[in-house]
Amino acid sequence: MKRDWLPLALVPVIALVSLPLVGSLPTWVTLTVAGLAMGMMIFMMASGLTLVFGLMDVLNFAHGIFIAVGAYGAASVLTRMSAQMEAQSLASDLSAMVPAVLAAVGLAAVLGWFFERVLIRPVYGDHLRQILITMGGLIVFEQLIHVVWGPDIIPLPRPGTITGSFIVGEAAIERYRVAAVIVGLVVFAAMWLLLNRTRIGLLVRAGVENPEMVESLGYRVRRLFVGVFVAGSGLAGLGGAMWAMYQEQVNAQMGAQVLVMIFIVVIIGGLGSVGGCFLGALLVGLLANYTGYLAPKLALGSNILLMVAVLLWRPRGLFPIGRA
Amino acid sequence: MLVRLLSGDFPRSRALTVVLLAVLIGLAAAPFIFPGTRSLNVAAKVAVFVLLVASYDLLLGYTGIVSFAHTMFFGIGGYGVGIAMAKMGTGWGALAAGIVAALALSLAIALAIGLLSLRVRAIFFAMITLAVASFFQILASQMSPLTGGEDGLSFRLPELLRERLVAYYVVFGAALLAFLGLLRVVNSPFGRVLLSIRENEFRSEAIGYRIVTYRTAANCLAALGATVAGILYAIWLRYTGPDTTLSFNIMIDILLMVVIGGMGTMYGAVLGATIFVLAQNYLRDLMKVASGALEGLPLLPALLHPDRWLLWLGVLFILCVYYFPTGIVGRLRK
Repeated sequence: MKRDWLPLALVPVIALVSLPLVGSLPTWVTLTVAGLAMGMMIFMMASGLTLVFGLMDVLNFAHGIFIAVGAYGAASVLTRMSAQMEAQSLASDLSAMVPAVLAAVGLAAVLGWFFERVLIRPVYGDHLRQILITMGGLIVFEQLIHVVWGPDIIPLPRPGTITGSFIVGEAAIERYRVAAVIVGLVVFAAMWLLLNRTRIGLLVRAGVENPEMVESLGYRVRRLFVGVFVAGSGLAGLGGAMWAMYQEQVNAQMGAQVLVMIFIVVIIGGLGSVGGCFLGALLVGLLANYTGYLAPKLALGSNILLMVAVLLWRPRGLFPIGRA
Repeated sequence: MLVRLLSGDFPRSRALTVVLLAVLIGLAAAPFIFPGTRSLNVAAKVAVFVLLVASYDLLLGYTGIVSFAHTMFFGIGGYGVGIAMAKMGTGWGALAAGIVAALALSLAIALAIGLLSLRVRAIFFAMITLAVASFFQILASQMSPLTGGEDGLSFRLPELLRERLVAYYVVFGAALLAFLGLLRVVNSPFGRVLLSIRENEFRSEAIGYRIVTYRTAANCLAALGATVAGILYAIWLRYTGPDTTLSFNIMIDILLMVVIGGMGTMYGAVLGATIFVLAQNYLRDLMKVASGALEGLPLLPALLHPDRWLLWLGVLFILCVYYFPTGIVGRLRK
């Protein structure tokens, strides 16, 4: 299959076009790093959604719940580890961060497994009921979060080593954003390797293209489904934890709040495409930051305008997946 | 007479008839049976939401389309009245202008959304409408000189409508008329085609019905219904703001009402809206008692906390989708 490089040019084009508009190089660097960091976090939150859609033809409106639960999981650990967080050393920060991230991913993954098993399994192939059921799941689990963690917004401390910023040239760059970019790149690289270089990845990709064929070759697509769903939920949990640390607070509605943004990213990328999702997330993140600086009134709506523009150019998203 | 009024679509169950009559009488005589500001507010909200939910049912239950833009049309109605009354003075002319402008705008947007995106699959339409609705919400909060931003608009109505009793009967009467109109629509040949599209779109197309045309028409009718509901709600509240009309929470409320009441049955909208609004206002009191009685037990008091009423409706919603696709109305008709 011939690689389609054209959409990839969009990211540098947007970044370069905005440089003269922003006017000053240090500001532009700061904005670009912020945009990339935001994009990486959006990618982590959205990638599970697009994979699940591509493989199982399920659009999970409750995906935001995994994001919120991941954030709450991380918050529960971090608020108990304030001692380690205050010691200004990388090792002690890590000793708080690693369990927090594990808690976020684990909690979201377990919830994802439960969700697939109990709620979604009976409604495969029925889009209308899928949308309704997952909306119902969103309502119920958002309320359950209130029951478990209480109704108030939880402030979330950030560990010392990734707080603050450093200066490169004249540009101030927040440490946390650099960390988010690194984590995002690692996740994307790992996903790419898993999907393109392993047997499981091969089966997943084949399952996206033609599930019946994979089944008839003797593989259990069902089991793959569950695995992908759980992995996607775990990723959403990770993304949620990072997003919450970025916002420095956790609330039960955060999943529903980012849901629209995630849908937009998934649509821009082409439903089911991981690469498209990554690209779409970066575009949305960059554009949000540039417009936030240039035309604050437009910033909130910028991603929707971007979606309209992309769909006018490519009605099925940047990298449409075989099955329509 | 009755046949014509109900378009031949009778409740078809004794229990359902009794409940519907109770709701009708309760609403019609609300100012006299349930005096007090709170209960009159509840009654007006029920009337408005019956219409709002019934118009959504035209989409979801009868045509099989999931749209998340219904609150947008509800909001257009509300803001139409709100902006006209706040900026053009408090005369009848301004009110009429606001209403006409709101209906026209809704029709235009519904037509555009329908023609552009009803060709694609249900999931895509759901996402597009979600995006459009959230864009509209942003627009309303950003254009604060016109819309009052997050604070919304408080306004004064023409002299006659300031009388609470008159306003109530205007809201109730208009909602009832519009509801009967929707009943007429779903029981017309047009409504039959919508049902056939829901059941098997491929076959309907093969028989010779242009499904895009029918779906778009249903989308426009539902949008107009929601706009009328928005207009009535604004007239009742004398206020329009993002939280009363545009918020995603209201969209979720509508979904709950449609599904719990019964999809594809106009009467389900009546039951769903009544139960939901009553629960919203009175279930909390009940849960406060229950939660207090279970004080000391683990977790249970938290589950029954008055603010968790939505949890239980959500559970009911999920059970309805799985086991009672036609909701309460379907159960009563068994």
